Amino acid sequence: MKQTRFIDLVPHIVLIAGVLIFAYPIYVTLIGSTWDAGTIGRGGLPLWPGGEGAANYAQAWVGEAGERAMYTPVRTMMLNSLVMALSIALGKIAISILSAYAVAFFRFPLRMAFFWLIFITLMLPVEVRIIPTYKVVADLGLINTYAGLAIPLIASATATLLFRQFFLTIPDELLEAAKIDGAGPVRFFIDVVLPLSRTNIAALFVILFIYGWNQYLWPLLVTSSGDMETIVTGITKMIGTGESANDWHIIMATTVLAMLPPVAVVVFMQRWFVKGLVDSEK
Amino acid sequence: MATVEIRNVRKSYGPVEAIKGIDIAIQDGEFLVLLGPSGCGKSTLLRMVAGLEGITGGEIAIGGRVVNHLDPKDRDIAMVFQNYALYPHMTVFDNMAYGLKIRGIPKAEIRARVDKAANILELGRFLDRRPSQLSGGQRQRVAMGRAIVREPAAFLFDEPLSNLDAKLRTQMRVEIKRLQDRLGITSLYVTHDQVEAMTLADRILVMNHGVAEQIGTPLEVYQRPASLFVAGFIGSPPMNVLDGRIDDRGEAVLLPGGQRLPLPRPRATDAGRPVKLGIRPEHMAVAADGFSIEIELVEALGADTVVYGRLPDGETLLVRMAGIPTVRERDRLTVAPQDGALHLFDAVTGRRME
Repeated sequence: MKQTRFIDLVPHIVLIAGVLIFAYPIYVTLIGSTWDAGTIGRGGLPLWPGGEGAANYAQAWVGEAGERAMYTPVRTMMLNSLVMALSIALGKIAISILSAYAVAFFRFPLRMAFFWLIFITLMLPVEVRIIPTYKVVADLGLINTYAGLAIPLIASATATLLFRQFFLTIPDELLEAAKIDGAGPVRFFIDVVLPLSRTNIAALFVILFIYGWNQYLWPLLVTSSGDMETIVTGITKMIGTGESANDWHIIMATTVLAMLPPVAVVVFMQRWFVKGLVDSEK
Repeated sequence: MATVEIRNVRKSYGPVEAIKGIDIAIQDGEFLVLLGPSGCGKSTLLRMVAGLEGITGGEIAIGGRVVNHLDPKDRDIAMVFQNYALYPHMTVFDNMAYGLKIRGIPKAEIRARVDKAANILELGRFLDRRPSQLSGGQRQRVAMGRAIVREPAAFLFDEPLSNLDAKLRTQMRVEIKRLQDRLGITSLYVTHDQVEAMTLADRILVMNHGVAEQIGTPLEVYQRPASLFVAGFIGSPPMNVLDGRIDDRGEAVLLPGGQRLPLPRPRATDAGRPVKLGIRPEHMAVAADGFSIEIELVEALGADTVVYGRLPDGETLLVRMAGIPTVRERDRLTVAPQDGALHLFDAVTGRRME
């Protein structure tokens, strides 16, 4: 009895330690966003909330000039990030589910060639092809547009592969039964494949939304005007280099705001997300 | 309701010929069972009728219309699959209604047809459930319901009972039989289970290696198997097959063990010819003289007993006797075939000799 109690305790201690290590910086950020610039500037940030929270968040949100610099308002950056993340997540899902459907269910010439072509793009992440991609986007006049932000990141071999693997588990008989029922390829996709993929789509949406939201390098390159700034690049631009003094209270408030949409997506989609990872009702 | 005609149908996968010319005309309302071991081509033939496999040669006509180049949906057939193939995300009602919905049948009529089918199959209580909430037998009934509501020209069953346990299988077999009697829809039914074939079929098509070994009623197939293959496939335990030779006057079969079994009618033209002699285990009886066997194994099945005996020349001979065992292992026993129980097959081709 004593033995098992102790053994039960160990994972809890490890988990609590882990949570503390992960949570502490976030806690400091949260606290930092509620003090004034002077308190943080003196280097002695207390570990309890201060009274400037409302003012800091309001200032960050509407983006009036801080004490030391001008920023793009958080509401603009949040909107840009949201549009980019949603376009990337939904675009990736739409394109990859269709290409996976084609590869998994149809027999056409060069089917495997196309499959491998998609597959090998896994070896070429955004960073590797960033210069040619920039050139293409610039030539198309998409610099400082939502399309320029999202489209180059939409093609996804990973999501295509995941959907393909899932489609391969759909029994052939289901397709045959649908054929006999009179469903063509489009109907079969809409009536059978899409509903069966619901949980997979939800799980992928969570992953891809956060992927899109956290994009840094690409938005940094492809946006130059303040009103196309995304929040992740925006935060880093708020932090000056070298000896310059920073509005840490505004930066921390912005950081907290930047965390909210991904957290909301995870919290709201968690049930679906977990279901998509473990469940395979077929 | 319609006839299904299969005319010299062939199927090749590259150089391999899976179906080597099958010919059969299935009457309106007839229940035809395609029976054979795995890999004999029976499922392929069914899928060709369904339109799920292409036809390499020959013609298939449903209701007098050649359907070789029609899509499955235009062939006016409904199919029941071995693993049910129900849409997992749809309710029982939607599963049955789906095909009708696609065909643009009015909602009220869909409702009426599904309700009627659910009634026949006693699925009324389950219409709002998902397939995952049903037992295997219920899922099988939903699969049949999906076929019934279509009111097709022909039902195609692809080993529909193989995924069920033995008890449920017997029960569903009876239900299928009753259903087909009631609806009178032409049916093609693929199975490797001879009991299903014998109990369900109006006629059986016994297939082996892509060839029709025999087409006949269940009793014809049992009583007059057209080949050694059919003789061995139908009947349980399988028929005894012994090497023999017709004597010089064509009046009896001589066996290597020295026995002489008189033929029901003389066949002078076959005098001296080597033959395979088939005798069903259930047509052997204890007799004063005949085959002398040493009993190796006794299987008591309750209603009857199967005795595995060894002939002096080392061949095994099965005897099926009614009731509980009266003999024991290592006993000696003399058995003889009953009158008219001999089946003669050509020693080379394996075809039946009338």
